[in-house]
Amino acid sequence: MTHSSHILICRGTACVSTESQEVQNELEKQVRERGLSEQVRVVHTGCFGFCARGPVMVILPRGTMYCEVRVEDVGEIIERHILGGEIIERLLFKDPQTYEPTEKIDEVDFFRKQVRIALRNCGHINPDDIEEYIARDGYKALGKVLTESTPEEVVNIIKKSELRGRGGGGFPTGLKWELTRKSVDDIKYVICNADEGDPGAFMDRSILEGDPHSVLEAMAIAGYAIGARQGFVYVRAEYAIAVERLNNAIKQARQKGLLGKKLFETEFDFDIELRLGAGAFVCGEETALITSIEGNRGEPRPRPPFPAQKGLWGKPTLINNVETLANIPAVILKGPEWYASFGTEKSKGTKVFAIAGKIGNTGLIEVPMGISLREVIYDIGGGIPDGREFKAAQTGGPSGGCIPATLIDIPIEYDSLLEAGSMMGSGGLIVMDDSDCMVDIAKFYLEFTCDESCGKCTPCRVGTKRMLEILERITEGRGREEDIDLLKELGHGIKETSLCGLGQSAPNPVLSTLRYFEEEYMAHIRDKVCPAGVCKKLSKIRIIPEECKKCGACTKVCPVGAIKGKPKELHEIDPDKCIKCEECIKKCHFKAIKK
Amino acid sequence: MELMEGELEKITAEVEQVIKDQGTERERLIPILQGVQEKLGYLPKEAMKKVAEAVEVSEVEIYEIATFYNQFRLNPPGKHQIKVCMGTACHMTGGNIIMESFERRLDIKEGETTPDREFSLERVACVGCCALAPVVVVDENVEAKVRPTRVDGILLGFDMEKKAAEKEMQKAASEQKTQEEEG
Ligand SMILES: Cc1cc2nc3c(=O)[nH]c(=O)nc-3n(C[C@H](O)[C@H](O)[C@H](O)COP(=O)(O)O)c2cc1C
Ligand code: FES
Repeated sequence: MTHSSHILICRGTACVSTESQEVQNELEKQVRERGLSEQVRVVHTGCFGFCARGPVMVILPRGTMYCEVRVEDVGEIIERHILGGEIIERLLFKDPQTYEPTEKIDEVDFFRKQVRIALRNCGHINPDDIEEYIARDGYKALGKVLTESTPEEVVNIIKKSELRGRGGGGFPTGLKWELTRKSVDDIKYVICNADEGDPGAFMDRSILEGDPHSVLEAMAIAGYAIGARQGFVYVRAEYAIAVERLNNAIKQARQKGLLGKKLFETEFDFDIELRLGAGAFVCGEETALITSIEGNRGEPRPRPPFPAQKGLWGKPTLINNVETLANIPAVILKGPEWYASFGTEKSKGTKVFAIAGKIGNTGLIEVPMGISLREVIYDIGGGIPDGREFKAAQTGGPSGGCIPATLIDIPIEYDSLLEAGSMMGSGGLIVMDDSDCMVDIAKFYLEFTCDESCGKCTPCRVGTKRMLEILERITEGRGREEDIDLLKELGHGIKETSLCGLGQSAPNPVLSTLRYFEEEYMAHIRDKVCPAGVCKKLSKIRIIPEECKKCGACTKVCPVGAIKGKPKELHEIDPDKCIKCEECIKKCHFKAIKK
Repeated sequence: MELMEGELEKITAEVEQVIKDQGTERERLIPILQGVQEKLGYLPKEAMKKVAEAVEVSEVEIYEIATFYNQFRLNPPGKHQIKVCMGTACHMTGGNIIMESFERRLDIKEGETTPDREFSLERVACVGCCALAPVVVVDENVEAKVRPTRVDGILLGFDMEKKAAEKEMQKAASEQKTQEEEG
C-alpha cells in the first residue's frame, strides 16, 4: 500500500518537551477518524535540528515544513494542507530578521548550507523501526565489508577517508583502528563513547535518538576490522529517550540477525550491550570511562598504555565517539575519496555543532569543515537577535575557549581553532552578545571543571580551586591587578602538570578570555564595574525618576518585592534585595528601568 | 534521615531483587546501585550496606562510588523533583536566577528536600534542550524558557492540585460518614 502523504513529526527531546507527542496522537486520531489511513502516514522521527522552533513537522512529498505546531493546529493541517492542497502560511518558518516565510525545508537557510553525513537519517526515519533504516541502505555497509573486504582493507578505507575523532581529540580514526587491530589478543572490545559531558552540547544525543542503528552498524564494522566480538555503548543515564531507542534498536538488530552470531552468514560474531553512565564529566575521558565500566570511581589513569594496547579488563579496546561512528557506514558505502572531498587539507568531512546562546536559530547543524564562523552565525544561525552585537563564540565547552568578534572569519577546523586558543571539542558552539560577560563565562566553566575534577591529581584538584577563588573575587569587586598574571601562571602550570585531559584543558576558558578580553577583566579589577552588567555585585538596576510614571507595574512583577512605592509614588529598587532578574525592565512600558 | 515504618523491609526486599537480577560481579556494582535507586528513589544507608555485603566490597567503597557520580542521591527525593539546568546556555539566560527563585520559594537550598518531602531541588548540567533555555525539568516534564514568574506558576499549580486532592478526600470522607450515618 502506498501512501500519498507522509507526515514526519519530530520526537527528539526538545520537541517532546514542547508536546510533539500530543500533536502526533491528535494527528493519528484525526487521520483515523476521517478515514484517511490509506492515504496519510504519520511517522515520528529523530531531531531535525531546528529545536528552537519545535515541534517541527515536515509533510512529504512537498517537503513543507511547519514550525511550532500545536495540537489545535492539527485539524487545519488535515483540512487545508492534506485535503485542500493549500499551504498554511501562519505555520511556516519566518526569517528572524525579514519575517519572510519559506515553505520547503531544503530552502530554509538553516538547512541549505548544511551537508548532512552523520545526521543523514536524523529527521528522515522512524528510529524505532529497523526497516526504515534498512530501506535507506542501513546495514549494507556491514554486509559489504563482511563479504567483500578483509579487516586490513576496512582499516585502509577508514585511513584513506582521513576521518578524525569527533569526541574532542581529533585523533585519526583509521590509525586508531590500525593500532588496536595490531595488538595481539583473543579478546578485544569496541566502546562507543556516548557520555557527552559538555554542558551545552547535544549532538551525540540527537544522533542516538534519531538514528541509533548507524552507530550500532559502525560498531560491528569496527569490531570486524580490529578483531573484537563484543561492544559496549557507554551512554549517560539522563538521556532517557536515547537509552530507550538504543535498547529497542539492539533488540531489533538481534532479531534480524544483524547482531549476534554468524552475521551475514560469515564466521563473524558481534554483540552490543549498554552501560549507563552515572553522571560524571570525567567519565567521558577514555581511561576514566573504562575504569567506570569496570565498576569503580571513574578516575583516569596515565597513558601509555593506551586503550588500544590495554583497555577494558586489560584487553585491547577501541573507543570512538558517537558522531565518529555515525560517519563510518557512509564512508564505506560512498568511498573514502567522497568523504575526503569535503572539508579542508587537514580536517576532512563534516562536523556537527549544537548552536545555542544568543543566536536566532538555535539547534543542531552539520557543516563541512572549514566553513567560516561568520557563515555559521549569520547564514545558518540567522544572526544575533534583538539587534544586539556579536561578541564571541565559545567552542569546545569546558576544555575550549572563546573566539572574539575580530576573528569571525576564522575557518572552523581543528588546527585553526587551536591556534586561536580554543578547540573543536565535541561540538558545542555557544554564541555570546554584548550583554554577556567574559569573566563570568570563564568563571562558569571553571566552576564546572573544579566541581567535576575527580581529585586524583593535585594540579587539577587544587589548582582549579585556586583559580576559581581568584575569579570569584574579581567578579565581586575584590580583584587585584596582579591577579591577571597569577591566573596566567597558574593556568599554564595546571595545563602542563595535570594527569588527564580534564586538567590539561581546564584553564583554557580563562586563558583564552584573558587573551582577547583582558580589558574586561581590568574593568572588573580596576574600575569595579562589569561592563556587560552581569556580575551581580558590580551592577545595579535603577529606576530613572524622570521617566517613571509611577504606575506600579514593576512592583507587582518583582519576585522578591525589592521595588518600593505604591502607585502614584516614585518607585525605588532596594539593591540588597534585587536579584537582577530583569523582569521589571521587561515589564516597564516607559523604559524607565535601566541596567 | 529517619526511616519510616515498614521502610526497612521494603529496602531489603528491593535490594535483594536487584541483586538477584544483576548478579554479584564487581563490574555489576554501578548497575546494581542504579537499579536500587530506580526502585527506591535514593540510596539509603541500609541499602548500601546490603550491596556491600553481597558484592563483597567494603562499605566505604560503595560510599565512594555513590558520592563520586552525580546520579546517586543519599536522601529521599521529594514527591515532586525539580531539576534546574545549569548548563552553558541556561547559565547565560539566567539559570541561576531561576535556581534562586526556587530556593527562595521553597525555603531550601539546592540538593535539599522540603521537610514535608513534597519537593526536592537539584541542579543538572545540560538536559540537551539548550534551544529552549533556561530549562527546568519538573518531574519528567521539561519547562522551556522559564522566568521567575513562571516559577511561581509551577509551584502554584502543585499547590492547587494538592488542595483539590485534599478537598476530594474530605468530600469522600464526609460522604462516607453521611452514608454510614444514614445506613
Ligand atoms: C575531560 C574529558 C571529557 C571527555 N568527554 C568526552 C565525551 O563526552 N564524549 C566523547 O566522545 N569523548 C570525550 N572525550 C574524549 C575521549 O577521551 C576520547 O578521546 C574519545 O572518546 C575518542 O573517540 P574519537 O577518537 O572518536 O573522538 C573526553 C576527554 C576528556 C579529557
Ligand atoms: S544548557 Fe540547559 S539545556 Fe543545555
